[in-house]
Amino acid sequence: MASVDLRKGSVELLLLSLLEDQSRHGYEIGKLIEQRSGGRIAFRVSSLYPVLCRMEERDWIKGRWVEHTGERRRRFYSLTHKGKRALAAERRAWHEFTRGVNLVLEPSHA
Amino acid sequence: MPDWKRYVRERLELPDIMGPVESDIIEEIAAQVDECYRGAIAAGASEKDADARARDHVGDWQELAAEITRSKRKHARSAIDRRVEQSEIRLRHKGGAWNAAADALQGLSLTLRRLRRAPGFTAVVILTLAIGIGANTAIFSLVNGILLKALPYDYAEQLVTVWNRAPGLQADGRADDLFPQSPALHFTYVDEARAFESVGLWTQAQATVVGTDGPERISTVLVTAGTLPTLRVQPVLGRTFTEEDETPGSPLTIILSHDYWQRRFGGDPDVIGQTLHVSDMTREVIGVMPRDFRFLEFAPDIYRPLRFDRSTLFVGNFTFRSIARLKAGVTIEGALADLTRLVALAVEKFPGGMTLELLQEAQAAPVLRPLREEIVGDVGTVLWVLLGTVGIVLLIACANVANLFMVRAEIREQEMAIRSALGAGRRRIAGLYLSESTMLAVLGGVLGLGLAYGGLRLLTAIAPGNVPRLDEISLDPAVLAFTLGISVLSGIAFGLFPVFRWGRGYLVQALKEGGRGSSSGRERHRTRNALVVGQIALALVLIVGSGLMIRTVQALRQVTPGFRAADEVLAVLLTIPSAQVAEPDEVALTFEAIAHRIEAVGGVASVGLSSSITMDRMAGFDPIFVEEFPLPEGQLPATRRFKWIGAGYSETMGNNIVAGRSLTWGDIHARSRVVLVTENLAREYWSNPADAIGKRVGTGFGPGNWREIIGVVGDVRDDGIMQDPVGIVYWPMVLEDFWPEVRGGAIFMPRTMWLVVRSSLVGAEGFLNEVRDAIWAVNPNLPLSRVQTMADVLRSSLARTSFTLVMLGLAAAVALLLGVVGVYGVVSYVVSQRTREIGVRIALGANAGKVAAMVLQLGVVLALLGVAVGLAAAYGLTRLMSGLLYGVSAVDPVTFGVVAPCLAAAVLLASYLPARRASRVDPMEALRVE
Repeated sequence: MASVDLRKGSVELLLLSLLEDQSRHGYEIGKLIEQRSGGRIAFRVSSLYPVLCRMEERDWIKGRWVEHTGERRRRFYSLTHKGKRALAAERRAWHEFTRGVNLVLEPSHA
Repeated sequence: MPDWKRYVRERLELPDIMGPVESDIIEEIAAQVDECYRGAIAAGASEKDADARARDHVGDWQELAAEITRSKRKHARSAIDRRVEQSEIRLRHKGGAWNAAADALQGLSLTLRRLRRAPGFTAVVILTLAIGIGANTAIFSLVNGILLKALPYDYAEQLVTVWNRAPGLQADGRADDLFPQSPALHFTYVDEARAFESVGLWTQAQATVVGTDGPERISTVLVTAGTLPTLRVQPVLGRTFTEEDETPGSPLTIILSHDYWQRRFGGDPDVIGQTLHVSDMTREVIGVMPRDFRFLEFAPDIYRPLRFDRSTLFVGNFTFRSIARLKAGVTIEGALADLTRLVALAVEKFPGGMTLELLQEAQAAPVLRPLREEIVGDVGTVLWVLLGTVGIVLLIACANVANLFMVRAEIREQEMAIRSALGAGRRRIAGLYLSESTMLAVLGGVLGLGLAYGGLRLLTAIAPGNVPRLDEISLDPAVLAFTLGISVLSGIAFGLFPVFRWGRGYLVQALKEGGRGSSSGRERHRTRNALVVGQIALALVLIVGSGLMIRTVQALRQVTPGFRAADEVLAVLLTIPSAQVAEPDEVALTFEAIAHRIEAVGGVASVGLSSSITMDRMAGFDPIFVEEFPLPEGQLPATRRFKWIGAGYSETMGNNIVAGRSLTWGDIHARSRVVLVTENLAREYWSNPADAIGKRVGTGFGPGNWREIIGVVGDVRDDGIMQDPVGIVYWPMVLEDFWPEVRGGAIFMPRTMWLVVRSSLVGAEGFLNEVRDAIWAVNPNLPLSRVQTMADVLRSSLARTSFTLVMLGLAAAVALLLGVVGVYGVVSYVVSQRTREIGVRIALGANAGKVAAMVLQLGVVLALLGVAVGLAAAYGLTRLMSGLLYGVSAVDPVTFGVVAPCLAAAVLLASYLPARRASRVDPMEALRVE
């Protein structure tokens, strides 16, 4: 049960951290994750978009339609105050979690 | 490049999300798919590969839809939906019969959801229906409050008014006129009638109350002891009148209305036993009436006992109103038989008046009318006509909505065909349509109730002053039931149109056509066209109706009612009480002095006096003998209306002196034996009115007591502007030897007179004050009452006609609007359905004019058929309103002749716009649509 929650939380953490410095649109977010993970993590619309929706419902991110001349309208997401706080909390939780996992995996303690 | 939006829309099923939220989701996902596609192309993939990659990028559509729905729950369902769902679940838990309720609830919420997805359609339908239903609710609440609701008295159906008929005494054509009651007959009924539980005699009078802040004019009703008990009403304080109160010589008593008790006594609970100085006499307050009690159509300030010395009564003096309560189980016919038997007894008990022979000669007989009929009067015709009118408006609204529904049904043909193919029975599909239509109609009804509430406030404000029971009109349960009833009926009516379509095996065809615009819909075009023809026809009926009312008003404008330039004549009712001026001669001199004073006011052209002005119902009436035309022994001549005037009355009113001369103050003070008569009366006897001059007439139980006709004046419409003129005899206001049979040698002199003033300044600021100052300069204690202009009199006489005109005009305007919109809608729809065909024609070389003409042809056919059917319907229906018309036939060719082409032109204009659009169809565009 906890592991399911954890995995979901980690997707959100990824998205929040990608939006920390600048606003991005949905396809860009998916692409970035894929690039930075060296192709190890790839999302389709069906798994990424609902997370964006859910985060927006929670007021963590805010979507906004932007139209550049000659391009099609795209929805850019940016962090809200609530989102920044959530990001900090998620980061802390992630570090705690990885530290814990590392401690468990550390051979000296075995 | 593929249309990704369409691609997404076709695959992403979000049944619970709609509106802008849904389109945002689709657009964003489409944008992502698009990026993926472009990225692939940019990376060098072939179009086919890029397309495949983009499609793959979405992943599992069902999972996507489910996840979105879950996360957008806040948007997906309103609080109401959720509550409905919870109630539904709760009902299902109860099980059994509650499942049916849960089903209904579920159906309801599904229907609502479907309707919310077509907001434009829903709004137009609800608004159209709201106008139709609202108008019907408003008019029905008038009908209900005025005509249907029981009168606010205990067992009101037992209440009757008592009148007399005397066809033998009436001028030609007035045999149906009713005479009020004679006190002698009344007391005979009190003592002897077996049919009555109780009976009362009453009359209305103004009275003066003297208080610290000057004289106050109040309205009073004088009643015999039996009157209030007949209505079964008890005072809230004190007691009602007893026989002792109505016996001459006993202490004077009064009962206050609730309103006057509050106004004058501040609602003092110890008011019983206090005194009030009314009409020069100190009277003791013995009771206070209930707050909402109305005495028939009046709301008097106080009630006084009507007193008679029985020893002086005789069969005559038919001037009092009477009301009676029939014993339970007694019919009006039964009661009449009882009363008729008592007439002879009355002559015996109260001799000295009319003899039995005279009464038989006059064919005198008692008449009983249900009280309701009397209070409601002839306003029923107007109301029923109006209810019919708004009923027609609702029909037109329903036809419009039915058309919208059929179009919508066509759009949903595929959906229904699939449902049907999947096993939904005909009944289930009918249920779908009917639940939608009924829900729309009920929503329309709710909005209509709101409109009706506002409309009623407006209606009661503009309704003519003589409309009875206006204060009893409300949106009560009967009205609400009516509204619900017509809402549901309308819903079923227009919901059935698409249902019938489904009953005729269109399903297979619809499936075969695969949703393509069907070209074989001749039958459904026919239904739609029939609806539009019906709308045009109904609109024509209403427009003809209001046209006839306009012609009536025009005709009435030409009528001279017995006065001219009505807005320049001021009328003030003035009473000189005997406590102020005792002698009749002095009274006449006082009136004359007042008249002269006012004549001296700047801008006054002339001043006159009369005991009764046109249409005030204050005239007297008695028989008139003509010396030149003696009648056989014992036969009575027709009764005529009597008015008593001072000098200058006809001149001030602006009535012509047709022959002879007018009355002077000299005639009056000399008590000259002279009279004036109206032209129609003169013509009854002498073909030339001038021949009447010098002839002699008299009144009394028999011929004699002659007075000379010195003048003939123009006809007067004393019964109202729409009624024929009445024969009137004008007597000098001071008379001696007048009805010596009854009055002995006493001088006759009415103390309450209308003062009429003609001036171009009437209505100007300060003018009324100057007139009042002139009156008070003669005697500062005279109260003025009922200040009005003759224009007010004319307006109230025209009020019913104007009201009907306004209402019919409004209804006709709405009908025209709905009808034209209906035509426009149908023709536009036909054009949109035939765009491809039109495109082909244009591509093949048809010019724009020809295409427009082809479309216009439909408009012409609709217009001609609609107008033809409408003319036939109007020919039959306008007869129902003939009672409201004046000077114009219910099938007036001018009105019919003007309305028909105008309406046809409006219909053509409505079809011209889509025709023009059709002529501009771009063949390339049109062909691409498919």
